[in-house]
Amino acid sequence: MSQTTAVRGFDHYFVPEPSKYPIFGSAALLLFGAGSALWLNDVASGPWLFFAGVAILIYMLFGWFGQVVRESESGQYGRRVGLSFRWSMGWFIFSEVMFFAAFFGALFYARVLSVPWLASGDNAALLWQGFSSAWPTSGPYTPSGAEPFTPMGAWGIPAINTLILLTSGVTLTWAHHGLLGNRRGQLKLGLFATIVLGAVFIGLQAYEYGHAYADLNLRLDSGIYGSTFYLLTGFHGLHVTIGAIMLAVMLFRVLAGHFSPQHHFGFEAAAWYWHFVDVVWLILFIVVYWL
Amino acid sequence: MAAVTHEQLHGHHPGPTGLMRWITTTNHKDIGTMYMIFSFIMFLSGGVMALTIRAELFQPGLQVVQPEFFNQLTTMHGLVMVFGAIMPAFVGFANWMIPLMIGASDMAFARMNNWSFWLLPPAAVLLLGSFFVPGGASAAGWTLYAPLSVQMGMGMDLAIFAIHIMGISSIMGAINIVVTVLNMRAPGMTLMKMPLFCWTWLITAYLLIAVMPVLAGAVTMILTDRHFGTSFFNAAGGGDPVMYQHIFWFFGHPEVYIMILPAFGIVSQIIPAFARKPLFGYASMVYATASIAILSFAVWAHHMFATGMPAAGQLFFMYATMLIAVPTGVKVFNWVATMWRGAMTFETPMLWATGFIFVFTMGGFTGLICAIAPIDIQVQDTYYVVAHFHYVLVAGSLFALFAGAYYWLPKWTGHMPSEGLGKLHFWCSIVFFNITFFPMHFLGLAGMPRRIPDYALQFADFNAMASIGAFGFGLSQLIFLVVVVKCVRGGERAAARAWEGAEGLEWTVPSPAPHHTFEEAPIVR
Repeated sequence: MSQTTAVRGFDHYFVPEPSKYPIFGSAALLLFGAGSALWLNDVASGPWLFFAGVAILIYMLFGWFGQVVRESESGQYGRRVGLSFRWSMGWFIFSEVMFFAAFFGALFYARVLSVPWLASGDNAALLWQGFSSAWPTSGPYTPSGAEPFTPMGAWGIPAINTLILLTSGVTLTWAHHGLLGNRRGQLKLGLFATIVLGAVFIGLQAYEYGHAYADLNLRLDSGIYGSTFYLLTGFHGLHVTIGAIMLAVMLFRVLAGHFSPQHHFGFEAAAWYWHFVDVVWLILFIVVYWL
Repeated sequence: MAAVTHEQLHGHHPGPTGLMRWITTTNHKDIGTMYMIFSFIMFLSGGVMALTIRAELFQPGLQVVQPEFFNQLTTMHGLVMVFGAIMPAFVGFANWMIPLMIGASDMAFARMNNWSFWLLPPAAVLLLGSFFVPGGASAAGWTLYAPLSVQMGMGMDLAIFAIHIMGISSIMGAINIVVTVLNMRAPGMTLMKMPLFCWTWLITAYLLIAVMPVLAGAVTMILTDRHFGTSFFNAAGGGDPVMYQHIFWFFGHPEVYIMILPAFGIVSQIIPAFARKPLFGYASMVYATASIAILSFAVWAHHMFATGMPAAGQLFFMYATMLIAVPTGVKVFNWVATMWRGAMTFETPMLWATGFIFVFTMGGFTGLICAIAPIDIQVQDTYYVVAHFHYVLVAGSLFALFAGAYYWLPKWTGHMPSEGLGKLHFWCSIVFFNITFFPMHFLGLAGMPRRIPDYALQFADFNAMASIGAFGFGLSQLIFLVVVVKCVRGGERAAARAWEGAEGLEWTVPSPAPHHTFEEAPIVR
């Protein structure tokens, strides 16, 4: 069936040496998980464990990715390793899509099913008379003292943010073309502009959260609208932050002279990720803010 | 010859030794071994919980544990067995066997592979540690339904973070397997020449990547409902506890195929080897596996017939569920057809594989019965359901794992496992398994609810029988431990092709498989 001879054109696949980094990552997540659970239950040691976990995680990420970058730059990754990286990034983004799908699913379920159910049939007749199923809603029962909230409009900051993210997608593609054409100036400028746009987006989102809490009384506990609004936009904002950090790392690598027109998976992966958070925002803008 | 030149070329330094070897290893065989040892420890831990449950249920009344602790045991037994025992065991098989089967030098991401494994012990610490926090472990059932899961103490938070960490581990492991299968095959190993075990794992890994993030989302919503005032599962705020069930089972139903498709793969390797015939209907096996995976996304609400849904929904989910019997039937037919007129022998792996077909098929039939909405209204949350899913998870997944372990132990250890003890293990397991779980069908049909520490007198005899069977089954598993320890220490030397009819690349390398295999890719014709 087979014989063990080397095959022409089938390059040797890079298998790394034993590594100390994974166990640091495991220790970090153990401390992070235990610390979070303790902190949430008001145990004094919780925050300490939590931040210790975060610190170890940052050390692990720096060390591990640093090693990967050095291995890549020293030319140890052949064509097939590059292909593996591309496959894996695609599947990772698919897993992220499914994570967001859970929260979008919750939003659709509430808007299409659970809120109308609460305002119809026996619920309306016996339980919560006068509850209207109009969206947005904080649900049929509001604890006494809670002020009604104002929903977040679509055409102020959110529309500007949409424009910012769409523009950042363009600048990033422009930077990528610069990389492909070996025009390093264009690459640096495009990448820098993308990061600035990302930072402005995050800043505006933070301002919007402050505005919502201070002026609109729109809070995390504002019923199902507040829940879906903050969890969806919050996880998106977290992903934009991660994406911007990835792009910033790429900018530092560009300044250090990394990447060539043929060999730049790290940049590509960060760009894919950025376009992914872009698309999530578009769906968010339509179904959370607009409709 | 090639190996020697290779050593000189690349100079494998002697890596760390002792414990550090296992902590830092990037070798798929080391990592596969650790996965399997971990899963066996978890299997015994979950088993002790199960036996405590059965001890309490031996007689009516409360003798052994308090009801609160009983609920914690049923919850943790489920979580530990699903996430700690069955899933990691299959990942261990994937790690060991997929590179050997497709002629790859290692997994595609060897360092990440290490992390996938080493995330599991911290998750187990959080999960099992939750027994010792105020309020004890989570007692909401392994499904962690709201509103129960929104109300409990710190044990629930620990369970949530444990699930997050196990999810990260599963997703990384699954991405590794997908990429390995798609990108690391030896020249000539086309997808449709690939051993079926690799196919079933490719599809399983796809399911894992698709649904583990959904579970992460579901438990995150529980966490924010618990601590940050959100109202996802709170009707007063416009949410709905039933929504949790929908999101959970969107994960949960593909999850049951995640636990059985690799079992199908293992059985599809073993039956041809001992029938000494190629697998009947290879292509149809691949398509059946893919069909099961795709259908699994459209059947989740059959877990919720009694929760309430429109009649149209009940009909859709009922028929979609029954449709899954078609590809599953194709598989059972193909296994039987592979045996038809084969030159059959019944060494231990084959005994487990044929036992699997018999008992798993019974679990499949009771699944069909549960799928019928009007019947499910009667049997849901009774011991009938407990009988059903133990027939598919124990007699399905676990028996296939044992079959695979006996089949590949020669390749792992270089020694043949003891046939006598292996057969004893099989016969004790299958007899005690049926003594334990067959009476549960009758209990369920008679109306005994599950997840209760006490029951009415008319259920006493069958419960006593089930408890005796459970202790027999639990003790029988120690035979396996003895077999493995003996096999590692010595025994009859295994040939490269340990079984006469075994086919595939894994049998072309020596037994035990050297630390590094296929560093130069073989050519498959």
